[in-house]
Amino acid sequence: MAEVTKLIHKYLRHDKKFPNVWCPGCGIGIMLGALIRAIDRSGYEKDDIVLVSGIGCSGRLPVYVDFNTLHTTHGRAITFATGIKLAKPSLKVIVIMGDGDAVAIGGNHFIHAARRNIDMTALILNNNIYGMTGGQNSPTTPYGMRSTTTIYSNIEQSFNISELAVTAGAAFVGRGTVYHARLLDSLMEKAFLKQGFSVVEIISHCHTQYGRQNRLGTAVEMMEQQRDQAVTVEKAERMKPEELKDKIVIGVLVDKELPVYQDEYERIRERAKEVMGR
Amino acid sequence: MSKVKRQNQRETKKSLRKELLLQGNEAVAEGALQAGCRFFAGYPITPATEISEVLSVRLPQVDGTFIQMEDEIASLGAVIGASLAGVKSMTATSGPGFSLMQENLGLAIIAEVPCVIVNVMRGGPSTGLPTFPAQGDVMQARWGTHGDHPVIVLSASTVRECYDMTIRAFNLSEKFRTPVILLIDEVVGHMREKMALDNEKEIEIFNRVKPTMPPEWYIPYEDTPSGVSPMANFGEGYRYHVTGLTHDVRGFPTSRPDEIGPFISRLHRKISFHFAEIQMADYFQTEDAEITIIAYGCVARSAKRAVIEAREKGLKVGLLKLSTLWPFMRTAVEKVLQTSKVLIVPEMNMGQISREVKRVNRGVARVVTLNKVDGTIITPMEIMNRIQEVIS
Ligand SMILES: Cc1ncc(C[n+]2csc(CCOP(=O)(O)OP(=O)(O)O)c2C)c(N)n1
Ligand code: SF4
Ligand SMILES: [Mg+2]
Repeated sequence: MAEVTKLIHKYLRHDKKFPNVWCPGCGIGIMLGALIRAIDRSGYEKDDIVLVSGIGCSGRLPVYVDFNTLHTTHGRAITFATGIKLAKPSLKVIVIMGDGDAVAIGGNHFIHAARRNIDMTALILNNNIYGMTGGQNSPTTPYGMRSTTTIYSNIEQSFNISELAVTAGAAFVGRGTVYHARLLDSLMEKAFLKQGFSVVEIISHCHTQYGRQNRLGTAVEMMEQQRDQAVTVEKAERMKPEELKDKIVIGVLVDKELPVYQDEYERIRERAKEVMGR
Repeated sequence: MSKVKRQNQRETKKSLRKELLLQGNEAVAEGALQAGCRFFAGYPITPATEISEVLSVRLPQVDGTFIQMEDEIASLGAVIGASLAGVKSMTATSGPGFSLMQENLGLAIIAEVPCVIVNVMRGGPSTGLPTFPAQGDVMQARWGTHGDHPVIVLSASTVRECYDMTIRAFNLSEKFRTPVILLIDEVVGHMREKMALDNEKEIEIFNRVKPTMPPEWYIPYEDTPSGVSPMANFGEGYRYHVTGLTHDVRGFPTSRPDEIGPFISRLHRKISFHFAEIQMADYFQTEDAEITIIAYGCVARSAKRAVIEAREKGLKVGLLKLSTLWPFMRTAVEKVLQTSKVLIVPEMNMGQISREVKRVNRGVARVVTLNKVDGTIITPMEIMNRIQEVIS
């Protein structure tokens, strides 16, 4: 308990008006807890951290924490983060996005940041729905499910955010759920310490929108479903694709060394100065 | 004539460093570097691409950063981010890209982040005429982003002005913590002229005012007499919140009318209290002009030629060249109205600045428009013909 109090005092903004905007029982709070613990463990100074978010329920997170915080436009958080990181590489840049934010309106920015391997961490809270706007279909709403814009049934195939990140070239990709809070802590810590573009997909529940429309129960029941659906990366490797159909694979999906954009750009600067000197 | 401050006179007065034959777009890039711009993010588009190309070569030479983003939305996002981290930043585009930038432009306005956006105008709407000049984005620059907001928009009609106005755009953006848009057109962007670079020391450069108080006393969006609050850069010990949501003085989102009202008013006031500093125009032969042509961008060049020809014929014609398009320079129009009975407003659009002229004129003089939207420039002859029509 004392540990928690210390973290709260150190990292939450006390001049900000609480309570927060989230529904009671929402998974975003668990993500916030994991984020704070992971930052604390990774050893960054508060002054050196920039938290950038897009628009959505998850996008409201930065306002509560005592870092350099930036709440941008819907889907564009990564673009602002790119500018910050390249302008001041000493900063640790963390981006927080919702599923709609990251892979609908911001999908292009997401894959390009991964492709460039810009040193930053993208945390994507995937609750399979547009929470903030009241429960519309998202690119991660599973086939056959209901939302306020697909009340007859969703006929679209959904994106697998982590696999998209892997394919686009991210250096680190991890997936966890808000049920597995300790795993989230360690995935985030690894991501924060990684050089290059790191992604942590956080499977969460939006019981007020997605849950209610699909009769999935209370927040606690939805978290129990996360527990039941989860399989570790190690276990998943031994399973057949059919067996994995409704499962959530959790753990580190990719962790590789790739040239980091800023380091590469430093070479360009040297080259440019050589050319100028001639 | 003697009272008229001619562009080249001003140049010769200063100590010359070197003379260059530059394109308007190249002069924009050089002006940006001179102003201290060290970050550029952009997406290729005709007729603005040269600005990107030049800066991709030059920025890394001076420890700056150039990045080609995936689109113009991303470009302006990155520019705003870099500026928040303390680096003067710019992007350049043309019509289609400028349309894509509108949402983030609003964010820069509400979050009060200095940055410069250059729009080398081409024919529109849509893909329109990629390689032809136009002046169709004057109103979009003013009202393109949603919501009630102030904005600073500059224009240039010579290569030298591309350089000067880019520096001015940076200075104003840093001073008033706001994005500044520089509107040029395909003609000015692509034309080559001889240009002398001044001694660097003589160029006035303004940098944002940073907080000096300890971080716990810093109020990032505090109301000050000038309306502009000191700006802390990310990573310098002042941890604060920046948001596109309407916010209180600390930067936190608010829905309280007693906080929203004063905030939005301050955004407007910080510009409207400083018109004298922001607004700029050139007066050519206007002292006794009975007919004044009001023009900007490439059209101002033709207008100047027409004035010279008209004067040779003994006609009292002058030119008011607008360098600041927004906030619209009411005082300049009022000044020429003291002598002029007719105002001619030639524009390569269907009449965007002429509406403002009519608004300020309020029936005092006759306002005659000359609009051209066929992708070709308005020639001195066409302006001369309009002058003749007016007289007869
Ligand atoms: C350009 C733009 N389009 C639409 C919106 C409205 N909008 C706000 S949040 C949101 C969706 C949020 O969904 P998601 O990203 O999944 O975040 P969540 O609320 O679920 O955390 C939308 C469409 C907006 N703010 N900006
Ligand atoms: S709407 Fe859903 S995602 Fe948003 S706060 Fe409520 S439960 Fe959480
Ligand atoms: Mg969502």
